[in-house]
Amino acid sequence: MNLGALGINFAYVGSAALFIFGLKMLSSPATARKGNLFSALGMLLAIVVTLLASGLDYKWIIFGIAIGGSIGLFAAYKVEMTSMPEMVALFNGFGGISSVLLAWGEYHQNPEMSPFLGAIAFLSAFIGGVTFTGSMVAFGKLSGKISQQAVVFKGQHLINGAILAGAIGSAAIFCAVPGSWVGYLFFVLIVLIALGFGVTSVIPIGGADMPVVISLLNSYSGLAACAAGFVISNNILIVAGALVGASGIILTKIMCKAMNRSLANVLFSGFGTTTAGAAAGDGGPQGEIRPASAEDVYYILEAADSVAFVPGYGLAVAQAQHVVRELGDLLEENDTEVFYAIHPVAGRMPGHMNVLLAEANVPYDQLVEMDDINPRMDSIDVCVVIGANDVVNPAALDDENSPIYGMPIIETHRAKTVIVLKRSMNPGFAGIQNALFFADNARMYFGDAKESIQALVAEFKSSD
Amino acid sequence: MEAVYLTFVFVLAIFLGFELISKVPSTLHTPLMSASNAISGITLIGALASLKTDSPGFTAFLGTLAVTFATINVVGGYAVTNRMLEMFKKKDQGDSK
Repeated sequence: MNLGALGINFAYVGSAALFIFGLKMLSSPATARKGNLFSALGMLLAIVVTLLASGLDYKWIIFGIAIGGSIGLFAAYKVEMTSMPEMVALFNGFGGISSVLLAWGEYHQNPEMSPFLGAIAFLSAFIGGVTFTGSMVAFGKLSGKISQQAVVFKGQHLINGAILAGAIGSAAIFCAVPGSWVGYLFFVLIVLIALGFGVTSVIPIGGADMPVVISLLNSYSGLAACAAGFVISNNILIVAGALVGASGIILTKIMCKAMNRSLANVLFSGFGTTTAGAAAGDGGPQGEIRPASAEDVYYILEAADSVAFVPGYGLAVAQAQHVVRELGDLLEENDTEVFYAIHPVAGRMPGHMNVLLAEANVPYDQLVEMDDINPRMDSIDVCVVIGANDVVNPAALDDENSPIYGMPIIETHRAKTVIVLKRSMNPGFAGIQNALFFADNARMYFGDAKESIQALVAEFKSSD
Repeated sequence: MEAVYLTFVFVLAIFLGFELISKVPSTLHTPLMSASNAISGITLIGALASLKTDSPGFTAFLGTLAVTFATINVVGGYAVTNRMLEMFKKKDQGDSK
């Protein structure tokens, strides 16, 4: 190792420290922004010292950075906060494909690989490829370009199993003879199999399970980068990739726990399609629903001392975050205590609701987690459920036959009054009827979430 | 021996990652994901190093593509995270009344 390479590696240690410090500062909203800057500084340091190495072909580097940089900046400043899940999925995919390209490039240049290096190159190409097409399918589902429904067909597990076996077989051949044309052929085959497997493994997963899938793909993109780091013996790729991999795994675990399902269940069961039939069969809870007008809701809210908003994916669809905050402000002026109770899997990605409400200038100290709100639910006057359904369904607590039995929910049914904003009586994603809507303390306020809340804001303003 | 050393680094980094990430509150999970996305753009470093003046044409082609995709990740990821985190305000800050 010459002096230049030694210096570069020392600089990488500095970058790794900055990444770690940056992630540590993400543990509080007050320091998070600075943490992100530290992390970006670490990246900049790593890029600059890498560019100082001798013998680099700068014309292609400048070309790639100019194009990638402008696309990245343009996307980052143009994206709507409601579209953040699609954006993250897309970026995940790009991380995956660059790991594939990196491993391929290295293999093309130095085809004589040891079996260990061959196996790692396989992992990098395979995980990267699955991440790429898997993320593209997730992007398509989240942006509504392809159906959000779980696409399940007969023999799906068999096909996926066969694909996986094929990939491992190809990997074995590739590792045995990486230097020959046969090895090269199988390497290309592995890349193609990975790209196909990304599609077939994500297509059966429905829209509401996307928080799990995005977290998992996030983890994959890190692990692919990590494997690429092993292939080119680069420490900083390994450290950064491992940090991202760990982050994705933790988020995946949190999301699965919040749905009371195992990862295997999310990935393989095609939830929503399999359970809808069963739930429709027994008819679900029956009873009388009590619709309310804007004026009724206004009187309820006006008299309340504490109001908790419970947002779900419907809030994002209706782009209602700004009007909700306006209503929250009016309630506060009216000496009502206002907070926002957020279920971990509300929305389409971890923390989705928090970002939307932050965009609407809701202070983060008003955002309350499920475990903090449930113990004091009995003392809350009004819960306003906006575009959420399964995460407030009491069947998860008391109906052992319900497909969502055991899932932790925000226990809005224990509040003195629950107002449910909903477009219609259609059941939610899981296809299960919600007993909350028929409860004695519940009022249904039908209509588009945004227009409904605008009507309430107008009621408040006209009464002044 | 090098493989052992790299694995050592990998295992320690995984444990460190678990420790760090489990302290991130759920409010910040979306920015955490986009920030870690940006970090996974670290493949840019490898891609840059692979673009040598004496690289064969096909390696240069793959390398340039990798640089492009990884840069989208790095630049876009950090920029969008910054944009999101800017919005997280406490009650006494910003323009809330």
